[in-house]
Amino acid sequence: MSIFSYFRKSKPSSASVAKERLQIIVAHERQRIDQPDFLVDMQKEILDVIKKYVSVDNDDISVNLENQSDCSVLELNITLPD
Amino acid sequence: MAEIIVVTSGKGGVGKTTTSAAVGTGLAMQGHKTVIIDFDVGLRNLDLIMGCERRVVYDFVNVIRGEANINQAMIKDKRVDNLHILPASQTRDKDALDQDGVQRVLEELAKNFDYIICDSPAGIEKGALMAMYYADQAIVVTNPEVSSVRDSDRILGILHSKTRRVECGEAPIKEHLLLTRYNPERVEKGEMLAIDDVLDILAIPLVGVIPESQAVLNASNQGIPVILDEQAEAGLAYQDAVLRLLGQEVDMRFVSTAKKGIFKRLFAGLGA
Repeated sequence: MSIFSYFRKSKPSSASVAKERLQIIVAHERQRIDQPDFLVDMQKEILDVIKKYVSVDNDDISVNLENQSDCSVLELNITLPD
Repeated sequence: MAEIIVVTSGKGGVGKTTTSAAVGTGLAMQGHKTVIIDFDVGLRNLDLIMGCERRVVYDFVNVIRGEANINQAMIKDKRVDNLHILPASQTRDKDALDQDGVQRVLEELAKNFDYIICDSPAGIEKGALMAMYYADQAIVVTNPEVSSVRDSDRILGILHSKTRRVECGEAPIKEHLLLTRYNPERVEKGEMLAIDDVLDILAIPLVGVIPESQAVLNASNQGIPVILDEQAEAGLAYQDAVLRLLGQEVDMRFVSTAKKGIFKRLFAGLGA
């Protein structure tokens, strides 16, 4: 009995996997919709430039555009390897 | 002034037309003059679900083009008073709908009806955009399943950006989530997203939960809106949803297995 319950606990239900996946993708897509169209291209080009000098992964860079009342802040976050 | 309600989802096959037929019929049964418009030009199906497919003479596109007047195109329901259907054209494509034409038809209908239900096609193309553009309220039909929830979120984004109320700076569209094909047994086994999971992600008020039911197919087979089936949980759940839409507070039914559980627990108790 204890063995069975051990196995059951170790594997999350498919519904909770679904929820987690949805939360991530939906948050990602919502952010994207608010962005101007050029941001994706710009992100790619910036990444290409950085890649010329340091080896970074696609996941190591994030570009964020934040709109505050009368100005927009473009935030670049690049994780450089050690 | 008529209230325009779009029934939308993004994803196909989740129950938009079934819901349009049921909610439209339910509103008419409550005494409100209601017309249901099929916006799925080229793939009309509302006529079949409502059981009036053999009475279609003129359609929505004919009215937009001035080839028929609205009274010639509308079909009066034979079962429920106060209920009319405006079928889509089967032969044209979605580009036959233009914004001015749709506006003219809606304005004319608004003079005589309390509720105008717009049955949106799947997708986010012209037909779907036209169906939602003039809406005052939106019923977002969602199945507890990843692709449907994701598409509903996308549709909510479009409702927030590409509709008349947003463009004119008016109060936003009132959004309602309708969860369909819900199976409490599978939810309890952890095999299906629960109501709260979907609410956490989409974050709009819940207007109803329709349990997965054989009755829905039975009703569409016969061309009877499922809300008229008072023996079926799905029909009763739609009746509740219509009351909530009208502002009444009604408890959710058929969302847990507790009722069957009594027997199960009894037998389990005897067994132990």
